[in-house]
Amino acid sequence: MKMSEIASILDCRVLCCEDHMNSDVFSACGSDMMSDVLAYVKNQAVLLTGLVNTQVIRTAEMMDMVCVVFVRNKMPTEDILRVAEESGIVVMTTKHRMYEACGMLYASGLNRAEAGHAEGDGRE
Amino acid sequence: MPKVTAVNNEILYYRFDVDGDNFTSAGEASVQTKRILRRVGFPPEAIKRVSIAMYEGEINMVIHASGGVAELYIEEDRVVIVLTDHGPGIENVELAMQEGYSTAPDNIRSLGFGAGMGLPNMKRYTDGMEIETKVGEGTKITMTVNV
Repeated sequence: MKMSEIASILDCRVLCCEDHMNSDVFSACGSDMMSDVLAYVKNQAVLLTGLVNTQVIRTAEMMDMVCVVFVRNKMPTEDILRVAEESGIVVMTTKHRMYEACGMLYASGLNRAEAGHAEGDGRE
Repeated sequence: MPKVTAVNNEILYYRFDVDGDNFTSAGEASVQTKRILRRVGFPPEAIKRVSIAMYEGEINMVIHASGGVAELYIEEDRVVIVLTDHGPGIENVELAMQEGYSTAPDNIRSLGFGAGMGLPNMKRYTDGMEIETKVGEGTKITMTVNV
């Protein structure tokens, strides 16, 4: 699924790195706990979250994620967008709540990747 | 910017100060490390493991120890990360290594951290981790990632 389709399904406002909207992504995850994202995420490209701070973008960058969607109309600050811009991470905001937003993307065919610990388990 | 020193012909050495008073800037050393390792041309999977381990360590130093120093040694076939702080030290390392155990204050959880995954994550993503700690004096964590 292209990031532009995500924006269209969730009726998003794109706030940063619009020039990457044509890139394909294959999976997503939703979490407000960055500790869990760092522990359990595996190759998901999109992070949906209701948490708004700079560490959301940093966490996404560490996990090689390419897009952050803020739910419930949450607006990142200029500082957060600047960090995202430097890292080339697309940032969007949607009016939908977390559960709805995840459900809408899942129903449209954007899957979760395999569950379980990231590289640590088995290092495949 | 990190201080860079060539230790000898084969090892690249970088030193980053981790600011303990600024949660917003936490992770800057890891971001820079990620970029440095990309330039060196290491495989993405190894770069990801180094960056996540270092990022967790940086967040820990900011939450628990008012900052510290992160040092990076890049060798031909491995990366060594040394994190040193003068914080409170870890009272019970075995307990701290358990997933879900955390001494972080509640306000840290509202920032998305403090789930008790930091140290276990650092161990999981690296090939070797040593913790030297003394209560009241500080902690030194050495992590190795083989490339």
